[in-house]
Amino acid sequence: MSWPYKDLLGTRELSKEEILLILHTAESFKEISRRDIKKVPTLRGKTIITAFYEPSTRTRVSFEIAAKRLSADTISISGTTSSAVKGETLKDTGKNLESMRPDVIVIRHSMPGAPHILAKALASSIINGGDGAHEHPTQALLDLFTIREKKGGLDGLKVAIVGDIAHSRVARSNIFAMKKFDMDVTCCGPPTMIPPFLEDLGVNVEYKLDKALADKDVIMMLRIQKERGGVSVIPSVKEYAMLYSLKEEHLQKANNGVIIMHPGPMNRGIEISDAVADGPYSVILDQVENGVAVRMAILFLLLGGES
Amino acid sequence: MKILIKNGRLIDPASDRDERVDILIDGGHVEKIDREISRTGKGAEVVDATGLVIAPGLIDMHTHLREPGYEYKETIKTGSRAAVRGGFTTIVCMANTDPVNDNRSVSEFIKSKAQAEALCRVLPCGAITKGLRGEELAQIGEMYEAGIVALSDDGKSVRNAGLLLKAMEYAKIFSLPIVSHCEDENLAQGVVHEGHASLLSGLDATPALAEEIIAHRDIMLAKYVSAPIHITHVSSGGTVGIVRDEKTRYGRLTADTCPHYFTLSDDATLTYDTNTKVNPPLRSGEDVKAVREGLRDGAIDIIATDHAPHDVPSKDVEFNLASFGIVGLETGFALSLALVHDGVLTLKELLRKFTENPARLLKLPYGSLRDGSIADLIIFDPDTEWVVDKTQFESKGRNTPFHGWKLRGKNRLTMVNGKIVYRDPAF
Amino acid sequence: MDRMEATVLLDEKAIERSISRITHHILEKNNGSGNLSLIGIRTRGVYLAKRIQEQIKAIEKKEIPVGILDITMYRDDVFKLKTPEVKKTEISFDVNNITIVLVDDVMHTGRTTRAAIDAIMDLGRPKRIQLAVLVDRGSREMPIHPDYRGIFHPATADQEIFVKLREVDGLDEVILTQSA
Repeated sequence: MSWPYKDLLGTRELSKEEILLILHTAESFKEISRRDIKKVPTLRGKTIITAFYEPSTRTRVSFEIAAKRLSADTISISGTTSSAVKGETLKDTGKNLESMRPDVIVIRHSMPGAPHILAKALASSIINGGDGAHEHPTQALLDLFTIREKKGGLDGLKVAIVGDIAHSRVARSNIFAMKKFDMDVTCCGPPTMIPPFLEDLGVNVEYKLDKALADKDVIMMLRIQKERGGVSVIPSVKEYAMLYSLKEEHLQKANNGVIIMHPGPMNRGIEISDAVADGPYSVILDQVENGVAVRMAILFLLLGGES
Repeated sequence: MKILIKNGRLIDPASDRDERVDILIDGGHVEKIDREISRTGKGAEVVDATGLVIAPGLIDMHTHLREPGYEYKETIKTGSRAAVRGGFTTIVCMANTDPVNDNRSVSEFIKSKAQAEALCRVLPCGAITKGLRGEELAQIGEMYEAGIVALSDDGKSVRNAGLLLKAMEYAKIFSLPIVSHCEDENLAQGVVHEGHASLLSGLDATPALAEEIIAHRDIMLAKYVSAPIHITHVSSGGTVGIVRDEKTRYGRLTADTCPHYFTLSDDATLTYDTNTKVNPPLRSGEDVKAVREGLRDGAIDIIATDHAPHDVPSKDVEFNLASFGIVGLETGFALSLALVHDGVLTLKELLRKFTENPARLLKLPYGSLRDGSIADLIIFDPDTEWVVDKTQFESKGRNTPFHGWKLRGKNRLTMVNGKIVYRDPAF
Repeated sequence: MDRMEATVLLDEKAIERSISRITHHILEKNNGSGNLSLIGIRTRGVYLAKRIQEQIKAIEKKEIPVGILDITMYRDDVFKLKTPEVKKTEISFDVNNITIVLVDDVMHTGRTTRAAIDAIMDLGRPKRIQLAVLVDRGSREMPIHPDYRGIFHPATADQEIFVKLREVDGLDEVILTQSA
């Protein structure tokens, strides 16, 4: 099958087959990063702009390494160096960037739908690098890649996603993607961090951490945003840690061979203990490594083929 | 100047009339309505209304004309041109201009500007509180002298229930209805309705509760002091239920909704089209059904457009940053005719919500056609199909989610005070 | 396809003989199989490489390594492909300082070989790269020529040569088709 879209804006609009195509393609690209010469000429002469209006280290670096390993040229603009502070609209910034003929623009933005504005206005391919609380599709795809690699498949696995589901684009993208594989997804967190109607997406909601973890194959911990703690949705970060921090003793309830995931950056001692983060079940660094391969695959699929 | 309208189907809800007639207009009044009028004296212009409906000119009790202060978005002149194209002969403009219409001079400015430039009747709605700040009462008596027909802090609720209660009591001197925009500002932190669609879009969301709580509060306040209360732009099924229920006990309660609330659900926001960003927000499919049911059973008395024009930069931005509002004057009536085509309302019932009911609430001498009436009327074709083209709008605002929609039912002619102020090029 | 005429260029026996001859040439030119590895170009080059490996094993009593190369990432027409599909490259041995025999089924313009050489060079610095093909159909667009070949059959632009191997196609056969 071929890749039918100009852009990658979310996992919700992808079919199971399209997700598998990305994962399958990523397998072929993973080996490149382990070579002495970590570069293939595939995207020679292509230009990729990463436009990050929100701070990010991991995702931006991952995209840039992915692009460079495919021999594409990358340019990055960020919140501080971009025109965002000068009052130019996003659409105008996009149009200006497009005049320089980039092939792909990766955008991260604090507002949901920002990538959609560019996708509609520009001929370049747009990759959503995270838009507000909406989606972070490349993170979910690298998560699925890692799960598949570690568990040998995806269909029917039992997953717990723990944390601030309401404000998490990682959770949304993962839920949309996982439900396409009939995965059994349980979301866990304080009720103030669970958005209304979440069950409509076909997921279970559980407020108690130990119950949520029972019989799970995959546990995905989300970052608790310290800056938000104590403001309105939870009494304090300390109390959150008391109720929702993943510790070693929790893992006994999970299935044998459970894997622990985290999209990063971690707050050690808050949502996850050191022992778990660095323990044998943790695949957190595999996620980071796989992120490069998955993003290489996405760049390749978006740019490859006649449009 | 006499005008003879021949062979049209007159529907006048106020006199419960629906029959084929000729109407003779002389000066600003209806001279005569009869089965057949042949003797008109000399020089009468004849308008053939065969196959068309004649109705009292529509009244829109909720528009934003943006003048003074935001003339780049709309002016009284352009807004009135949009109004008559859409079939409205009287429009009420809200107070959130700059300066706010909270005193006599702004009210007088609007009236005189309308007198000079508007194609239809423009009646100001005065602010309840100074600067819409919710802190002290606006110059209600002075504004009444200058011609306001209602009071509203539209755009927000009066946060302070004590102050609102005082406003309701004070307004009784002038029998001015309070038009209540219902929104609890602590609950209303979002840009879309909180529901399945907001779960998918990740947009910050406001629960319907934010509207329902204030609707209930304002009705209770009005009951307490026996003041008239009008709940404007009802968008949630919960509010429809509250209004329906309270009406059984309280006769001075009325409500309106807008065409977008019975036409679009929050699914429309999934494309992040900022033209679907409106306050209150587009709600769930269930709410849309409930609003239609409220229109059908009479819980909702009036249809208003909440015409809210914006310039392009206010809308051509990220959804979060975009201004709230949809233009409605040129699409509102045609969208509402779908209620007739869908069997929700009869044509007469629909017209009642655009004519008799708002006229009664605002105590206006318009909204009915009989011998001697003021000659505000429209002639429309309820079945002609046409395609909404925002580039052809008379309004400066192009912020419509209905661009490209095929609608059924088109206004052909608008007459204000006996003068033809709009005529469809195809008529 | 039904309007196409097919001619058999090689049957099962002839393929067998060609592979045998190529194997002997490889061993002769390289003085045996020491320091030698095979890399098959996906898809059918891989099976041909494995057959050569088998024959070398029979002669030399020694199994030499076979790697699998997918050249999609190195193609010069990757953005013209309707459905670009990248498959895995599986080369588990060190390519530095060894002799590599690249194996492909049909040689035409030379562009595939160019891409394959580039791909190998990104993995290290082999001492030598040689090329073995079952069918050379001519019409080169690159200055690249095979070291070993089964048959040379110049074909015109309206002709296609298909190599069928039992591992993937269920039978061994090389056919030439002519567009009607």
